[in-house]
Amino acid sequence: MPTPHSDNMARTLLTVPTTAKRGEVIELRTLIAHIMETGFRPDANGQVKPRDLINRFSCRFNGELVCSAELYPAVAANPYFSFTMLATESGTLSFNWEGDNGFSQSESAVLTVT
Amino acid sequence: MQRRELLQLGVALGTVVTVPAVRATSSEMQDAIRGYANGASVKPGKVKLDVPPLVENGNAVPITVSVDSPMSATEHVTGIAVFNDRNPQRDVVRFTLGPRSGKALVSTRIRLATSQQLVAVARMSDGSYWSHSVDVLVTLAACLE
Repeated sequence: MPTPHSDNMARTLLTVPTTAKRGEVIELRTLIAHIMETGFRPDANGQVKPRDLINRFSCRFNGELVCSAELYPAVAANPYFSFTMLATESGTLSFNWEGDNGFSQSESAVLTVT
Repeated sequence: MQRRELLQLGVALGTVVTVPAVRATSSEMQDAIRGYANGASVKPGKVKLDVPPLVENGNAVPITVSVDSPMSATEHVTGIAVFNDRNPQRDVVRFTLGPRSGKALVSTRIRLATSQQLVAVARMSDGSYWSHSVDVLVTLAACLE
């Protein structure tokens, strides 16, 4: 039996520039489709719906941390983050989301610095 | 003027006087902030928490936190945390940043169960902590509980 999320990846949207000037501070924006079930809400039968959250998000550039976040139930469904990065050299941005029920997803983007 | 005198004055005038209470940060939220700061003192300043003062839908409230910092290798923001007063849990989100961030500027969308106070706390590389608190009015609450 497949574990939840393992058979279908969550949809993500990365809004990141492909090129940047050396020394420029670029804006990175990420969005991932996820219910972010808080574990506090009752369903129609009055039973509390089990918690299903993304707990951690991180963005790294060539392995170096750019920004990471610990998410709590107060983060809205379909977590959105926007943050910045200092562009000094070309490289690869990697984005990773981890959560309950073994949720894990990664995306990457290539940045060319001129 | 004493609160008592003010109330008596209100009664004397035949009107209802409501004394606006100075909204203290709830002790539970203070504990959460103290936990984040590891007991260090948290001073107001340097941090700017941008959130709409009037929220129509508490299910997705855009917030932006910016911190006044050069974000250099020696002097930068290492973390930003947001706390709330009246959701089921005090924590909202905790960011980790570094010199690679370039700027201390993060945005996300959060849930607000009701009108309440939000506090953003920044942790600096020199070990100091700074904060900014904002009161938010919510007309349609998020389904948190």
